[in-house]
Amino acid sequence: MATSSALESATGAAANGKVATRPNFLTRNTQAKLASVPMFLVVLGVFIGGSIWTIVYSFTRSASLPVMDWIGFAQYDRLFKTTRWVISVKNLALFGVFQLTFSFVVGFLLAVFMDQKIRFESAFRTIYLYPFALSFIVTGHVWAWIMNPAFGLQKAVRDLGWTSFTFDWLGNRDMVVYTLVIAGLWQGTGLIMALMLAGLRGIDPEVWKAARVDGIPTWRTYISIVLPMMRPVLITTLVIAASGVVRVYDLVVALTQGGPGLFSEMPAKYVYDNMFQGALGQGLAASSVMLIATGIILIPWAVVEFGGKRRQ
Amino acid sequence: MKKFAVVATMAAALMLSTGARATDVEVTHWWTSGGEAAAVAEFAKAFDATGNKWVDGAIAGSGDTARPIIISRILGGNPMGATQLNPGKDADDLVKAGLMLDLTDLAKSEGWADIINPKSQLASCTYDGHVYCVPVNLHSAQWIWINRHVYETAGVPVPKDWFEFVKTAPDIAAKGIVPLSVANGWPVQTLLADIEVAVAGVDNYVKVYKDRDIALATGPEYKKVFEAMDAARKIVDPSTMVPQWNDAVSLVIQGKAAANVMGDWAGGEFTVAKMVAGKDYDCLPGLGVTPVLDTGGDVFYFPKNSNADVEKAQLVLASTLLKKETQLAFNLKKGSLPIRQDVDLSAASDCMQKGIAILKSGANFPSNSQMMDRDSLNQIRDIYNNFFADKNVTVEEAQAQFADVVKNAPPL
Repeated sequence: MATSSALESATGAAANGKVATRPNFLTRNTQAKLASVPMFLVVLGVFIGGSIWTIVYSFTRSASLPVMDWIGFAQYDRLFKTTRWVISVKNLALFGVFQLTFSFVVGFLLAVFMDQKIRFESAFRTIYLYPFALSFIVTGHVWAWIMNPAFGLQKAVRDLGWTSFTFDWLGNRDMVVYTLVIAGLWQGTGLIMALMLAGLRGIDPEVWKAARVDGIPTWRTYISIVLPMMRPVLITTLVIAASGVVRVYDLVVALTQGGPGLFSEMPAKYVYDNMFQGALGQGLAASSVMLIATGIILIPWAVVEFGGKRRQ
Repeated sequence: MKKFAVVATMAAALMLSTGARATDVEVTHWWTSGGEAAAVAEFAKAFDATGNKWVDGAIAGSGDTARPIIISRILGGNPMGATQLNPGKDADDLVKAGLMLDLTDLAKSEGWADIINPKSQLASCTYDGHVYCVPVNLHSAQWIWINRHVYETAGVPVPKDWFEFVKTAPDIAAKGIVPLSVANGWPVQTLLADIEVAVAGVDNYVKVYKDRDIALATGPEYKKVFEAMDAARKIVDPSTMVPQWNDAVSLVIQGKAAANVMGDWAGGEFTVAKMVAGKDYDCLPGLGVTPVLDTGGDVFYFPKNSNADVEKAQLVLASTLLKKETQLAFNLKKGSLPIRQDVDLSAASDCMQKGIAILKSGANFPSNSQMMDRDSLNQIRDIYNNFFADKNVTVEEAQAQFADVVKNAPPL
């Protein structure tokens, strides 16, 4: 946008007959620049400053309070030997894959369903989006009660007559991660649906007409034509969903408290627990590992996506 | 002139009527079960009677949930008026950073060194000769609580110690009753630590935790400990584990479970349920193996506050917590032992009397939080939790992990 306005001012100046001088990089759009100064300060101080502080202090022996007592990579050493961290990472991978896959597939199908010009569309949209208004803590507690074998779903189905029905995934070390997936899907799919619906609505209706004229079936149109056109929306949604997955903490605390033993531990919970229970350096090391891992995935992709020649 | 006189008199009256203003003191704690809430209400009543106001800041969950909240509030500059913590190393860093109120003068003037027994409790509150916290009770963790009616109805003899309990557990399970109720989280560590002390013996336990005797931690004595823990995890069906410690106790109270290993604070729950020791339930100290008890407990710290009125009220609160009447009222409801034994304990329950007898005999040892830092204790808790929940972890693996933590724990 800055480029086009510079172009305009340059051509405008030329049209006036005056000599067009290149607008000074520093002085053009001063109002926009002033308005974004708070954002820059926050980014510099909080995001960048906080991250640097975290990484620096992860090399120290901080226990309850941060102390500049350098011990090199010892915290990282301990981190990767700790069973709890290894389990957390495995759980996050499992949770992430299932959460992202299912929420995208189901979200997209729901959005397609809503896009069919149905009646009561806004009512359906509200119903599907409603769980997102609840915090993860409420979601976790509600699902903890539903999945409680003593008085939840298991008991209800058994009371209906099917006495051998068991649903005790909460206490089952192999299945407890999937309880998190269920609660997370219930809460987050609505948002994915809403974002996808917005993306679908942004598709030019001419595309639909053209596809109909060509005789392409509707489902094929969605998959081969519409989805690729929705790429920016898909990427935005992926970033939002993935950041929610990596951050998952309150859902674990409310639903499983880390699960039977350590079986539903998550990295964010490891970071928080260690930071405030006398192992600050350990929590910071875990946090730095999460940051670096995210960076390793995102930065090459960002370079591919946004670097190089800008496509028209 | 008359008007001026009236106004002047009113102003003077206002200025002179300083008097004792009621100060609010926010107190955080994690005493949220039935028995505990009744007990802390006694503290609140006693403090309100001094003319100040106890603003209750109960934190739901356990010490593990509450401790980070409390510590981050103090560090973050939004301190409460007073807070419960466990004695030992929890607040070490905070005291070293100068964030806690110095109670030394109050301690001297009220003679705490003479009142508080055992002396180790006041010693845990003393750093560099200065007193920073006031102990309010004595808790021991080495108890097994057995529902007598369950055994009597099942026709199984009521076990007299842990080993008998393990032997008769299958008979109880066959009757459809949960032999051992366990709650998720720190109660697993309590169970395994109690087995640890019962099987290894107090001397070895203290040698490992306090003196960091690695040869002992990797040796055959501790192998027996992990084998006993293995036996325990074989008895417990993971689907029967409940969220909170008081849920596990209430399973025993309701007769749905036969026994529960929990500290003496479970006694408060039995009292609230109006059950009688020796008739409805048994409480065996030291798991019935050797009657020894650790001396943990609760202490109150007072974060420094810039307001002088609050500081005065904090000192009043510290003094109130140790008064004879308050100690008696609080501890009777809680099931713990009072920190001063010059009170009339005839109304105490049977289990409390057992505890007092053991205390008088000197058969007590320091609680783990007084021997090792919280971080290492948390790592041990995670190792025990994982060992208990994951049957694929072998006894050898768990023992090696445990010895590792002991080796790397920072010195006292």
